[in-house]
Amino acid sequence: MRITVTVNGEQYTRDVEPRLLLVHFLRDELGLTGTHWGCDTSNCGVCTVWLDGTPVKSCTVLAVMADGHEVRTVEGLAHGAELDPVQQGFIACHGLQCGFCTPGMMMTARWLLDHDADPSEEDIREAISGQMCRCTGYENIVRSIRWAAEHGGGARTADADADTEPAPGREEVRA
Amino acid sequence: MQVPAAFQYERATSLEQAIELLTRYGPEARVVAGGHSLLPMMKLRLAQPEALIDINGLGELAMIRVDGHDLAVGAMVRHAELLASPVVGEHFPILRDAERVIADPLVRNRGTVGGSLCQADPSEDLSAAFSALRATLVAQGPGGRRTIGIREFFLGPYETALNEAELLVEIRVPIRSHASAYRKVERRVGDWAVVAAGAVLEISDGVITEAGIGLTAVGARRFVAEQAEDFLRGGRPDDEGFTEAGRIAAQECRPTADQRGPVDYKRHLAGELTTRALRAAAARAQGQEA
Ligand SMILES: Cc1cc2nc3c(=O)[nH]c(=O)nc-3n(C[C@H](O)[C@H](O)[C@H](O)COP(=O)(O)OP(=O)(O)OC[C@H]3O[C@@H](n4cnc5c(N)ncnc54)[C@H](O)[C@@H]3O)c2cc1C
Ligand code: FES
Ligand code: FES
Repeated sequence: MRITVTVNGEQYTRDVEPRLLLVHFLRDELGLTGTHWGCDTSNCGVCTVWLDGTPVKSCTVLAVMADGHEVRTVEGLAHGAELDPVQQGFIACHGLQCGFCTPGMMMTARWLLDHDADPSEEDIREAISGQMCRCTGYENIVRSIRWAAEHGGGARTADADADTEPAPGREEVRA
Repeated sequence: MQVPAAFQYERATSLEQAIELLTRYGPEARVVAGGHSLLPMMKLRLAQPEALIDINGLGELAMIRVDGHDLAVGAMVRHAELLASPVVGEHFPILRDAERVIADPLVRNRGTVGGSLCQADPSEDLSAAFSALRATLVAQGPGGRRTIGIREFFLGPYETALNEAELLVEIRVPIRSHASAYRKVERRVGDWAVVAAGAVLEISDGVITEAGIGLTAVGARRFVAEQAEDFLRGGRPDDEGFTEAGRIAAQECRPTADQRGPVDYKRHLAGELTTRALRAAAARAQGQEA
């Protein structure tokens, strides 16, 4: 089946089998190996990317379901040569050891900060609760995200709002 | 690398077309909503549908709205949307309580309310919560629309009253004066329940006029504790009654031992969580947040 997916602002058209998972489409078809893959049960969250502006586990989405939709991966996080504050935070606070969970953690962190410029430690822990890190014990990941919040990482709320306009039919209607 | 077995994929552009596709492909076709139950099962080869009908494009099924005296929740409403909905939080705290502890934020971004109910997993949280609320389900198939009381919907583990080529369209719950709460014990954040209990109380002049008790993961028939509900009706909303209702609920469920715990532990939890959910609901009825 022929699909066209916009990834980090660029359109890609490929012929894929319906059973191809989005995570494998990104990694194997597009060579975007920043998105990792770590389980068969949708539990670990290392495959987290944005689908139409919302973080999802890409191992549990079919590539064909992303046809005509927009994906953002860790490769789309930096602005040219300038790292996103979230990336800077992970460097500054040693938010990673092996780095396996890091891309997914950063995608969730970016989304959280776009929606809440000043999240509490509890908010951060809740946001990443579907993602596993085998190395850091989460302390430094939480610190990294706080660092990003305190260093201008939450300032991009204005464009985030434009991104997250509710799709038609998604808003709450009160009779 | 675990990948699903091959299948045909079709994207439905309307409800009618989804039903037509289901009819055309026959019993080996399945709809896919959030895919967060179906795709893991397909990866593990516990399910091998020959065709998937994708209903993610059906915006008409993605609405939460107040319709007359009912709250109507479309089958394609995502968990995260139900959790964030102010009207749900105001009238149905049991749903907000339950959504907070279903899976994790990422799964909730994609998994749907309808998919949860149609999956009919014996540990599903929303099945217990909507059963306590006595929700009505609206289904649509080749023969048109019909409504099914949720207590007639669950036929057994992974088995519902939906006919072939029939879709769940909407879940309806009357908005009335009642109090509710949901309490769950899980092994870790984001896990399925060891046991969870939901309570719904209608209280008039200090007397319980109607009670709903939903239980999940403990083999309660159709996710409810009917004898405990019967016991509560007509009684006073006090601690003694809630403790007794918990004891009755614990007796009427049929837990099985598994990696989440032995039978007597689960039975104990069923009773205790029922009592706590009732207490929390009653406290809310008196305007105290619990
Ligand atoms: C890691 C993880 C943890 C989880 N933890 C919990 C938890 O703690 N508690 C809990 O309750 N759930 C939990 N879940 C389950 C999750 O809530 C469900 O996967 C999800 O809500 C099911 O919805 P879905 O839209 O993904 O359904 P799908 O997977 O798309 O579909 C499930 C089934 O329902 C059928 N179906 C879907 N929509 C319709 C419809 N409108 N009409 C007819 N049939 C339909 C499909 O054909 C399929 O058979 C967890 C899931 C994961 C992956
Ligand atoms: S790879 Fe583990 S959740 Fe996706
Ligand atoms: S840094 Fe190694 S898994 Fe998180």
